Amino acid sequence: MSRRVSVVSLRGLSKEFSRGGVVALQNIDLEIAPGEFVSLIGPSGCGKSTLLRVIGDLVEPTGGEVVVNGKSARQARLDRDYGIVFQDAVLYDWRTVAKNIALPLEMGGWNRGRRRARVGEMIELVELGGFEGHHPWQLSGGMQQRVSIARALSFDPSLLLMDEPFGALDEMTRERLNMELLRIWERARSTIVFVTHSISEAVFLSTRVVVMSARPGQITGVVEVDLPQPRNAETRGEPRFFELVTEVRERLRAGGLDTAGEGGEEELIAAEEGL
Amino acid sequence: MSTTAPLPVQPIPRGTLGRRVGRSLGDWAPAALVFLLGIAAWEGLVRGLAVERFLLPPLSDILRTLWADRSFFIDAGLFTFKEALGGFVIGSAAGMLVALVLARWRPLGRALMPYAIAANAIPIIAFAPITNNWFGLLNPASKMAIAAVLCFFPVMVNTLRGLTSVPPSSIELMRSYAAGEWEIFRRVRIPNALPYVFTALKVATVLAMIGAIVGDYFGGSQEALGIQIRRFAGIFAFEEAWAAILVASVLGIGFYAAVAIAERLALSWHPSVRGSQE
Repeated sequence: MSRRVSVVSLRGLSKEFSRGGVVALQNIDLEIAPGEFVSLIGPSGCGKSTLLRVIGDLVEPTGGEVVVNGKSARQARLDRDYGIVFQDAVLYDWRTVAKNIALPLEMGGWNRGRRRARVGEMIELVELGGFEGHHPWQLSGGMQQRVSIARALSFDPSLLLMDEPFGALDEMTRERLNMELLRIWERARSTIVFVTHSISEAVFLSTRVVVMSARPGQITGVVEVDLPQPRNAETRGEPRFFELVTEVRERLRAGGLDTAGEGGEEELIAAEEGL
Repeated sequence: MSTTAPLPVQPIPRGTLGRRVGRSLGDWAPAALVFLLGIAAWEGLVRGLAVERFLLPPLSDILRTLWADRSFFIDAGLFTFKEALGGFVIGSAAGMLVALVLARWRPLGRALMPYAIAANAIPIIAFAPITNNWFGLLNPASKMAIAAVLCFFPVMVNTLRGLTSVPPSSIELMRSYAAGEWEIFRRVRIPNALPYVFTALKVATVLAMIGAIVGDYFGGSQEALGIQIRRFAGIFAFEEAWAAILVASVLGIGFYAAVAIAERLALSWHPSVRGSQE
């Protein structure tokens, strides 16, 4: 794996928020190879959302280096290398499902015919046929998130950044979307960085789980997930699955599950960006 | 539709036009009934209790007076309506433009907003005699100026709120598509602001009519409705004064309704609009 060119390469990365001097990230080193599915897991305030945003050039690091596809993160963003999915679907209410999916294509200068064809493929991929003309608020939470995923994939970004995309959904919907995401990942052969606070979700989806600890946010361990591909409903029942879940849990415990200062991360990011 | 993943929601069928109208007639029936009862009560109570004419004339007398002199009342109404419309257009356009500038350059907005909020608390109508002096008593521009200033603040404040109350993740997403500031305005901030803008515009129609009519009260052309209301009330021509007030009311409601219809057309995507159609 190390011989291949990394999609993401982080060296000595740190991030200190100017407000309150909070050290969100400290000395992060991470290499992510093409086609990997890497989960970032850790207690609230461990900087996993910040790390995702630093990779996506939405937050500026205060130290260290970010290289994405051999470029600076900023250049990668300007080249539209990123597809991003947040916890909220972040759909634009004034756009229909089809037009939400088409948004990045419009901005990328795709012509109408190509846009329509691609939106059709994406609708099929996330199984939303018949809902093209609907507005986001007419859809359930799970369907909205599928639209969000379709939009992120529509322009074939080389790197998919997902920030707790299924965190607000019920368990049933979540497990179904987990399966769909794996199916999409196999078909699209993209690289995914996935933030979650669910241990079983991280183990089920990932090829690698990166365990982080809070204050300062650091990587405390990396668990290689050697479960066979493709994964399915039986995967969750395998003994190896439970071993890996236990391993991740123990590493989390070793890093301290202290969640003091919970939930401050989003606010700090928003304040920093002046949003 | 796929058979592998059962979908929790089916596409919502679009209602036929007939069904929509039928349902909306049903929705309107209670309001229409209240309207008719109100008119009947007015007429019945004023006549039954022999209410003095200077307090409130019977509606039928007012309508008869209005009909007899209809071209006069309509001309006066349109004259004042033009003052109101001119002020509405100028004030609202300026409000939206200033809001765009303040939203684009936030430090400027932060520096100016306290003053805008303070200015918004000023009873602007008090300036009517002054604008009469500035533009000339008989010049419709003096009434437009008052109406415009009255419209400006709510439109500006609401537009600014709409432009800036965008979830941070919406902006982050646009930035991840390599969008610049103006593209974010065009594709996210401005559509996000539209419901706020229309709410303000509806308020502004009312304020524009108030500005024009009260501006007339402080003096103006004999063609203006406000001048006529004041004159009729002064010479005890109560039916005429009420007829003029009725014209002003109908124009005001029509103005408001026109903006409300424009809102429905422009915001056909909005839950509040779509929800009432389904």
